[in-house]
Amino acid sequence: MTPERNGPHEPKSPWRCFAHQLVNRLIDRLDGASITIIDPSEKHLYQPGLSLVAAGLKPTSYTESRTADWLPGGIAYINEAAAGIDPETRRVTTSGGQAIDYDFLVVAPGLVLDHDAIEGFSLDLVGSNGIGALYAGPEYAARTWQAASKYTEQGGVGIFTRPATEMKCAGAPLKHTFLIDDIARTAGNAGKTEIIYAANNQSLFGVPIVSEKVRMLFEDRGITPAYSHVLKSIEPGSQRATFTTPDGDTELEYDYLHVIPPQRAPDVIRQSGLSWADKWTDQGWVEVDRQTLRHLRFPEIFALGDVAGVPKGKTAASVKWQVPVVEDHLVAAIAGTEGTATYNGYTSCPLITRVGRAMLIEFDYQNNLTPSFPGIIAPLEELWISWLMKEVALKATYNAMLRGKA
Amino acid sequence: MKELTFTTLIAVFEEIFGRGLFWAMVVAAAAITGAYLYVLVRDRSMSMRKFLLAQLSMPFGAIAAVLFVQLVTNSGFSDIGGPIDLMVLLGVATLGAVGIAVLVYTLQSLIRSRSQ
Repeated sequence: MTPERNGPHEPKSPWRCFAHQLVNRLIDRLDGASITIIDPSEKHLYQPGLSLVAAGLKPTSYTESRTADWLPGGIAYINEAAAGIDPETRRVTTSGGQAIDYDFLVVAPGLVLDHDAIEGFSLDLVGSNGIGALYAGPEYAARTWQAASKYTEQGGVGIFTRPATEMKCAGAPLKHTFLIDDIARTAGNAGKTEIIYAANNQSLFGVPIVSEKVRMLFEDRGITPAYSHVLKSIEPGSQRATFTTPDGDTELEYDYLHVIPPQRAPDVIRQSGLSWADKWTDQGWVEVDRQTLRHLRFPEIFALGDVAGVPKGKTAASVKWQVPVVEDHLVAAIAGTEGTATYNGYTSCPLITRVGRAMLIEFDYQNNLTPSFPGIIAPLEELWISWLMKEVALKATYNAMLRGKA
Repeated sequence: MKELTFTTLIAVFEEIFGRGLFWAMVVAAAAITGAYLYVLVRDRSMSMRKFLLAQLSMPFGAIAAVLFVQLVTNSGFSDIGGPIDLMVLLGVATLGAVGIAVLVYTLQSLIRSRSQ
């Protein structure tokens, strides 16, 4: 999305919701501004719900709504993708051929899942052949549950992966692992399953203290970590997966394989010259100041959500913290002053450890834990209240956030 | 949580129940509370007989509230993991107990009027 004088824009994709949230807040604060949102998707996805769909706990409809329902009146809504951004001339072109000039641009196109990077994998395979891929959307999350539920009944070797790139919600690969293990256990089939978690490096989570806690939980549940195992290719027919490791490629057989592909910025961003030139060069995240989310070379551009080139921060909760910061600097810039708000890297993850319990993990750029309820809700404890937050309050809070009210 | 304000809470509850149902529930709770205050003022005293029945209903309200929460979520008693969870459980039970006690007392008063 984008706010600006003649019309702004914004590229496309899943985490656009943040643009919606920002628009809903800006519309209350800016008088006389012309705000345009460019969003190709008619459907809005509540992506935090995909983990629940992929464990058979919620229907696909739980994650879907209409994009238009979240947008306020008084803005221009272009239901097309951003096809090109020229930061020099300050112009966005759309997939429908429209050209929109802007004074300020907020890019919040989300990210793309690079499924083609996994040799032998295609989304058609999801749901059969023991293959799951819950990130791919509600339909694939439901098909993931088809494959996973069969696994919880029949047992065998289950391998749960994560990519070596930056990714949204780095807790989700762990949640899926814990949930499928718990569902098999509850069904009385724990003895039949052998679960392997393939970590992309030598840790299980980016925050060391959380990684250590997860290691202990894995030990308790009998889940085996395979460190520095990055999925490279699969042979769906023979159900074998090849992993890149520091010691060369290694092959593992599976009865259930959960695939999360590498994740990158959309092409429109990577081709616009907005990406970092010396960081994440294979991924293309936008070159912004980590505290203000303002572009380092084009100060009239901000990045929100998954596409922002900052460590951590690829969750809905992060965006809840990011939006007021961008709003502050944007409104100040329009008024000709400097904003003061800063983003500290806040990221939150209700890390589900079984059906009915979760750990409310919150942290910042420095890997500090930043609990919202210190002394009341312990971050590293498996709690029912944290599960209730995930299952009952999170979507409601998210929706309120989209409306700009939370 | 950032800025957990009263208006944020209202917005979240509106999303949980839907705006119509949420405010209908608020109105219902306010109406029952209002009716309770009305019969107290009208009768100028509490009827211990009605209060006894209200008290006897409390365990049922407590249990019903807890079971309701478990019914609408994928969780049960075995998921209690720490002190805060026990407090949440007791809080839900207390709400159910007090709620049904007020309701039972008020209904008796309204139905039987001031004869008791």
